[in-house]
Amino acid sequence: MAIDKRIETAKEVISKIFDGAVIMVSGFGGAGFPNFLLEILRDAEPKELTLVANSATHPYSLTHSLIEAKMVRKVIVTAARGRGKELSPFEEQWRDGSIELECVPQGNFAERIRAGGAGIPAFYSPTGYGTDLATGKETRKINGKNCVLEEAITGDFALIRGDRADRFGNINFNTTQMNFAPAMATACEVTIAEVREAIDEALPTTDVHLPSVYVNHVIATGREV
Amino acid sequence: MKPLNRNQIAWRAAQDIPDGNVVNLGLGMPVLVSNYIPSDRDVFLQSENGILGVGPEASELNINPNLVDAGSRKVTLRDGASLFDSANSFAMIRGGHIDITILGAFEVSISGDLANWDSKIPDKGPLVGGAMDLAVGAKSTWTMMQYNTKDGSPRLLNYCNLPLTARKCVNRIYTDIAVVDVTNQGFIAIELLESITAEELNTRTEAEISLASDCKPLQAPADLI
Repeated sequence: MAIDKRIETAKEVISKIFDGAVIMVSGFGGAGFPNFLLEILRDAEPKELTLVANSATHPYSLTHSLIEAKMVRKVIVTAARGRGKELSPFEEQWRDGSIELECVPQGNFAERIRAGGAGIPAFYSPTGYGTDLATGKETRKINGKNCVLEEAITGDFALIRGDRADRFGNINFNTTQMNFAPAMATACEVTIAEVREAIDEALPTTDVHLPSVYVNHVIATGREV
Repeated sequence: MKPLNRNQIAWRAAQDIPDGNVVNLGLGMPVLVSNYIPSDRDVFLQSENGILGVGPEASELNINPNLVDAGSRKVTLRDGASLFDSANSFAMIRGGHIDITILGAFEVSISGDLANWDSKIPDKGPLVGGAMDLAVGAKSTWTMMQYNTKDGSPRLLNYCNLPLTARKCVNRIYTDIAVVDVTNQGFIAIELLESITAEELNTRTEAEISLASDCKPLQAPADLI
């Protein structure tokens, strides 16, 4: 049976996202947000999700629409501040105590996800030592450097965005679309990738940024961003 | 000479970046530094979303909506640039491969502690991003800030009041009235606006500050508005 990870519609795979699932969502700085998939997830309306994403409030990412729809119980993020003085949907729910926040320094965030996908349960990092974000965490001085024990993050589903894919599930990214997507794809049970185009022939090997083994489903959207 | 404006502070900091250095510029005022790096110097700007070698901001002619920096600006790449994922980017940062990071700051303590990520605005969520990793990982950490708060309170302190970003990390501070080194002997002003006396600088600083024996007048081109 020939491998073909391409799907015509994402509804069926998204419908498998269950209540209480841990979802990783790629994207940073306006690039690489899987907004096509997030629209479908929003309509599927699973509840009590844990969202692992760089920001809970980025205006270009539809992560905030999941929060607005009260589908999210907890966020693990590096940024949770809405622009301007108005409170974002996240900040309102956080103030009311209806959503939990774990704020993580971005390098520890990336490395915890990478570790999750690489079979490393935890690691010591100098980042965050002596700050509020290390409160309650185990610390240790290693070779004279104070470090914090950081546990890996794994997830049930990764939703990522790339530029091109092939039927094997190899993914190519357009420049800074890449950001957290490769690490997230390694750290989750199921990775669903939306891409601009998914081709019949194999991608040129040197264009493959994320190997097919980490990708379960690919859907072409035709969208540039 | 009047107190320096934001662009003049950025110009002043840019003059001190050595040829061949790798530099990460924080959001806000620090990103302005990119406009003033002397053209005869080969400097590689790193952006933590996955660029080594950020070029000028994109124009309508060369825009790629997927190519952004960590501040969501559409940018270009310089000659010799490379792209990578977030885990790799923070390995570069945490691993000590960045020569200088220039960060905004709310407060700096006499021992070089930095507070720049949480200004404790009620109900607004936190935004740490990559600041903690950059402050810990870069070989040198410079900050850019107004010397005093809007209501005139000092920001160069004995101890930071706001939540810390990292301990003992700041080496140099660029401000509207002085350039200050953080040393084992405390704060030392290496440049000071000519219209400001040592006494006035002292009253505007909570911690002890002295003038370098070769303290120079702080100057910047007048036409930077």
